Amino acid sequence: MRTDATLAILAMALVTYGTRAGGFWLMRWLPPSRRLAAALRHMPGALLVAIVVPLALASGMAGIVALAGAALIAIRTGRVLPALVAGVALVALLRAILH
Amino acid sequence: MRETITRDELAGDAEAATFTASGALLGARRALPLAITGLADGLVFGVLARQAGMSLGEALLMSGAVNTGTAQFVALGLWVAPLPVVALAATTLVVGARHLLMGATLAAHLGRLSPLRRYGSAFFLTDETWALALRERALGTLDGAFIMGGGLALFASWVVSTAGGYLAGASLRDPARWGLDFVFPALVVALLAGMWRGRATLAPWGVAAAVALAAAVLLPGKWYILLGGIAGAVVGALRDAD
Repeated sequence: MRTDATLAILAMALVTYGTRAGGFWLMRWLPPSRRLAAALRHMPGALLVAIVVPLALASGMAGIVALAGAALIAIRTGRVLPALVAGVALVALLRAILH
Repeated sequence: MRETITRDELAGDAEAATFTASGALLGARRALPLAITGLADGLVFGVLARQAGMSLGEALLMSGAVNTGTAQFVALGLWVAPLPVVALAATTLVVGARHLLMGATLAAHLGRLSPLRRYGSAFFLTDETWALALRERALGTLDGAFIMGGGLALFASWVVSTAGGYLAGASLRDPARWGLDFVFPALVVALLAGMWRGRATLAPWGVAAAVALAAAVLLPGKWYILLGGIAGAVVGALRDAD
């Protein structure tokens, strides 16, 4: 293994681990407050929305319809696995049709 | 209304810091669909790593030590001699900064674990294990070992498929063709469907979506997730205070 490659990979590993452990570490030092608790309560939903909305729009009509279908199945069944199957099957089907 | 609260109140309904084998197994079981479909991603990464001129050892070291999807794919684009080590580290930070917020949302639950267990689990905190842990927490069954168990299943899938792709070498069919890239997005919308609380969620989610979309156009990497998440959480917190 080359030295520079090893160095680059270890730097990437260190940075990535820092972001993963940093959130745990940060919360030990931030003074707890009602504001912070409320923000953390809203954070998961906001992060999930921020992950999926740009991704859905970038994936075109097939992606948007498939995710809408997955959401519908999740609401109707209250379960995750059927929604995953529906999302994957729908996007594969629609891509095959539309392309 | 007093402005400060105790850490226990911040934790809300956090259960005791259990860390059990059955919790880890549950994590692995919940992660299984993602681990299986994720094999496609690792295969593709292995193929591309070989094309980018990495040795098998380097590709495996990267998948094993960095253990992340997006940042590794982005790194392949920069993998030209002489290796731009600083640019690689900076790009990795841009792509991974969102994990800071994900860790913060789970800190109350994992904060009671011993440092070794807590910071050991941190290695396995990915988009996938975080999303699965959110659901487990909503069900009231989040064990301290859940993330490590789920993370280990995904880690094994990622490293093994990296080797497979590298050794197979041949250009694989695009996994998008089979919809395999949509398992995680579908998981995200399924989680969101369960978190929807009508008007209480409308404003924070709308702001998160708008900020994320704008940032996705204007900024590199994955800053849009971090910024959209912060914007939505701030709006939610401000509304709750009214």
